[in-house]
Amino acid sequence: MSPKHDRRDKIASRAVQIGFLFGVILLWYLGTAYWGISRILLPNPVNVWTELKDIIASGEFLPDLRVTLTELAVAFTISCTTGVSIGYLISRSQYLIKVFEPLIASLYSVPIILFLPLYVLFFGLGEGSKIAIGTSISFFPIVLNTIAGFGYVDKIFITAARSMGASDVQMFRYVLLPAAFPVILTGLRIGFTVALLSILGSETIASLEGLGHRIVHLAEAMETARMFAYISFVVVIAAFLNTAVSALERRAKRR
Amino acid sequence: MSADSTAIRVRDVSHQFGEPGDAQFVQALQNTSLDIVRGELMCLIGPSGCGKSTLLNMIGGLLTPTTGAVAVHDKPVRGPLPHDIAFVFQENALFPWCTIIENIKLGMVFQGVPKSEQEPRARKALEAVGLKGFMSHYPAQLSGGMRQRAALARALSLETGTLLMDEPFGALDEQTRMVLGEDLSVLLSRTEKTIVFVTHSLGEAVFLADRVAVFSARPGRIKEIIAIDEPHPRKPAFVTTEKFAKLRNSLYELLHEEIRKTVDQSAAMGAAP
Repeated sequence: MSPKHDRRDKIASRAVQIGFLFGVILLWYLGTAYWGISRILLPNPVNVWTELKDIIASGEFLPDLRVTLTELAVAFTISCTTGVSIGYLISRSQYLIKVFEPLIASLYSVPIILFLPLYVLFFGLGEGSKIAIGTSISFFPIVLNTIAGFGYVDKIFITAARSMGASDVQMFRYVLLPAAFPVILTGLRIGFTVALLSILGSETIASLEGLGHRIVHLAEAMETARMFAYISFVVVIAAFLNTAVSALERRAKRR
Repeated sequence: MSADSTAIRVRDVSHQFGEPGDAQFVQALQNTSLDIVRGELMCLIGPSGCGKSTLLNMIGGLLTPTTGAVAVHDKPVRGPLPHDIAFVFQENALFPWCTIIENIKLGMVFQGVPKSEQEPRARKALEAVGLKGFMSHYPAQLSGGMRQRAALARALSLETGTLLMDEPFGALDEQTRMVLGEDLSVLLSRTEKTIVFVTHSLGEAVFLADRVAVFSARPGRIKEIIAIDEPHPRKPAFVTTEKFAKLRNSLYELLHEEIRKTVDQSAAMGAAP
């Protein structure tokens, strides 16, 4: 297919996607303005928009956003460093891969969010328990992808480099690392997404501050319009962060 | 044959995978000896699993023989000798994350070539294989034949005395193989390299080799060595001569029986519970 054709297809599907979103908002508006849906259950989108403008103009969101992003940054940094280094160490031996890969994979399927009450007990209601939950959930995809990346490098590349006299350091830098990099990067992207999800989620369950906390607080106060405004705000932030991470991943993988 | 004309000396090597009695035990090569003369192209041909690739890897120091010894230029081979031996593998062994020229330079980085020499040597090698216009492409952007040319360029740039080629054209279609074979013959007639070339193709063996070593079925030994007395570079027309046909036929006769044995062996293995 020609690139021109490709682009036209892409524009067409984008148009359908935008039209769909627009249709949902329109239904939402009609439902609240004319079809008598309770304003407490579902506020009018116009009200939500007004609240959203107020939230942004007043800068009221800043402390909560800072808390959530700090938790995310700390959790992601910890899970990256531990996940990549532990994954690398495991990948160095076929025996360790055989023992630990299935073990870690089965732990990954445990709903770790169930440990939140325990984490709250250990680390308190504040940032500590959120960092703990974000770290332990995002650790798994990162460590598993690191094992997969380093552990399953095509043998022919290693043999070829060895035949040309590559030292261990050269082998790591020029062969293992670039071969594993795209796979690890996918793990980092998944880890980032689940860290963000679990931190926001745990903030809505038990917390003192943060965006998730703010949303629950508004729900309990029956300020539905403002709550919806906060939800939209968080959705935009999350979409922005995920798009940024995916773009970084694509850029690093291109070639 | 005087002693110092021998480039590669293989003495009584055997190789087995696993221990006798194991289910996976394979005697790949048995008590094989072979002298390869400096500057000649020696083809190894034989049925699948006869150990010809195993022998190549032992010469290159990628495998250690279970018994026996290999020496290259009187140096005993105990591991890879990147300054003496370069490989061209059957599979695509170019690094997919590097461009063609980066691939070639990386080989020289591994071998320890000074940085200032890398660029001119890489360009020279690419020119020799006719890929000068593709040096900034990634391997995935090239055809299979071009990728093997690039792999050959990488091996040439290392400027080793010996080149080991493990079915380098094995994954290519017939026409591409023929063209690459012709080009290789021209290219190699200009160098003094000693080459060991593993192939499945009778025609390729006759067209390229100075001598062809025919292997027996597993456990592999060298059954016979046939000399191909025809100067390099060989013309494409060589393929249509009676001499070519005769040599090819005699190779076929030698091999046919061994291939039968191999097929019967694997049928017997398939029938076992």
